[in-house]
Amino acid sequence: MKLTTTRRQLIVGAAATLALPAYVRRANAQSVPRIAAVHMSPVENAWNSRVHIALQEAAASGLIEYEFSEGVAPTDYPRAMREYAESGADIIWGESYALEREAREVAADYPETSFLMGSSGGPAGDNFGVFGTRTHEAAYLAGMLAGTMSETNVFGSVGGYPIPEVNSLINAYRSGVSEVNPDATFLNGFIGAWFDPARAQEAAIAQIDAGADILFGERIGTADAAQARGVKAIGSLIDYTPRYPGTVFANAIWNYGPTIEAIVADVLAGNPTGRSYTEYSFMAYGGNELIYVDDEVPSEAIPAMSAKQAAIQSGEWDVPLDESEPA
Amino acid sequence: MTDAIDLLLNTSLWAAVLRIATPLIFGVLGALLCERSGVLNLGIEGIMTMGAMSGWLAVYLGAPLLVGLLVAAICGALLGALHATLTVPLGLSQHVSGLGITLFASALAYYLYRLIVEVGDLPPTIEPFEPLNIPFLTDIPVLGPILFAQAFPTYLALFAVIAMAYVLTRTPLGLAIRMTGENAHAVDAQGLYPTHIRFGAVVVGSALMAIGGAFLTTTAFNSFFPGMVQGRGWICIALVVFASWRPGKALIGALLFAFFDAYQLRLQTTTEGVPYQLFLMAPYVLSITALVLVARKAEVPASLMTPYRRGER
Repeated sequence: MKLTTTRRQLIVGAAATLALPAYVRRANAQSVPRIAAVHMSPVENAWNSRVHIALQEAAASGLIEYEFSEGVAPTDYPRAMREYAESGADIIWGESYALEREAREVAADYPETSFLMGSSGGPAGDNFGVFGTRTHEAAYLAGMLAGTMSETNVFGSVGGYPIPEVNSLINAYRSGVSEVNPDATFLNGFIGAWFDPARAQEAAIAQIDAGADILFGERIGTADAAQARGVKAIGSLIDYTPRYPGTVFANAIWNYGPTIEAIVADVLAGNPTGRSYTEYSFMAYGGNELIYVDDEVPSEAIPAMSAKQAAIQSGEWDVPLDESEPA
Repeated sequence: MTDAIDLLLNTSLWAAVLRIATPLIFGVLGALLCERSGVLNLGIEGIMTMGAMSGWLAVYLGAPLLVGLLVAAICGALLGALHATLTVPLGLSQHVSGLGITLFASALAYYLYRLIVEVGDLPPTIEPFEPLNIPFLTDIPVLGPILFAQAFPTYLALFAVIAMAYVLTRTPLGLAIRMTGENAHAVDAQGLYPTHIRFGAVVVGSALMAIGGAFLTTTAFNSFFPGMVQGRGWICIALVVFASWRPGKALIGALLFAFFDAYQLRLQTTTEGVPYQLFLMAPYVLSITALVLVARKAEVPASLMTPYRRGER
């Protein structure tokens, strides 16, 4: 049989060959979802670093494919979201605190794409999911450990801005302290910045001058002052102990892995992702945990804390979530 | 209320005032020198960021702390030279060029940092300048812990104020700089080069700004974060106006701002219901008030923001 090729066949064949990678990509996407993250700040900044590291780990284990942009300004943010949506990402991760309305508009334009946004608002439609940062449980337990460690009974804390996700941590730390030490008094300072370690340090020094000898460092810089003045500090979100050994004795760690696993499971099962994923930051899912240095906390404080931790994990007892501004 | 007054008698408060003021003193002196020669330098925020990064990076790569400050000064001077090239011989808009330098330098600082330094969830550290605790002098009651237990760059800043005041008001060079800011044509008529003087003033002023930035990463803290200058450069621009372009008053302005900051951080801890935003506003309100008063006395360098072109009226 003589092989003949018409011009039409040639064009169709060429087009199919050219389009092949797209089909392959789509087929792959169905087994391993592609997550594109749009980070508003550089990825080494504490909060983003927790998400970034968890996404990197998920990618390394083959659960997802991960790509990201960082330092994206709010004015550029919807554009970056759209670009990833156009490029066929399955899940777009982001933080919509500064642009709640615009982010929802983008999501509405791309119903096939799932959006997972750190947000102060609720979920929207079938594809706009939200999450909150919930490490208040670990902060509470850290407070229980710290409660009996103070000689002055004055407990300080340094925060960035008085927003709900910061307030709830400081309030939980305080209730943890109060549970084991009813005589405790509290100080707090907000520095009006997310990354101004020099300022956080000055705020911490001000509290040490006012008698505080345990500081909850919601912001980096707090533990530096504690170290310089020989008092103790608690870290938030990430593990500060290696950087400040002998000063930071406990850390209320945020784990983002469970949240990623939850949304990936939803995407693979074809479930709508327009829901709240905040619960996966809770201790019951492993979303937050307390890590502490055994030798640096009073041994008699540990059993009570462990009992409380078990009660939280089993769902027997919830740490109250108080988002009001700490005085 | 008594708490608030007790705080004022606390030596730790006044020691904090000097610490907080140090980067501002460098920044405000730098901005003042540029403006005295007739060039507004809005590149300050980016130049301080670059200083913070480069000074820290030099020490991180093994240089001594003093060399770190020098590296910061050189990087600042280079950015200053860029701003000066655009605004002095080319006579471009000083606002646009300055803001451009801020955007460029902030981004470049972070880019270089990311290229060279491996970062996890916490940035790497260096051994920063420690307080000197000068023997005997530190033991003087009250004044000792305030004045003699600071780190080296703080003394350098105070020395820079004296040097700047001396050079500007007591030397022929200072006279030439001030005259260029007032009337560049008159300088030219004297046989001096207004463009050279402006170029030099912007380069040296920018180097000072960068040292102010480096203070943040080599003394106040021991790591670099991209946004850590946090508007201190803009505060310096406002403080120059508050100081009506005089080094002595610039020192007072920087100390006053630092006092508000140190005091509000302490008030927050002792007094309930003091919104910290009010205190953050204070230096700007002061500067605007000062500007209103200064405008009547016309102390602004007369040819500030007017590019000099020879033969042009």
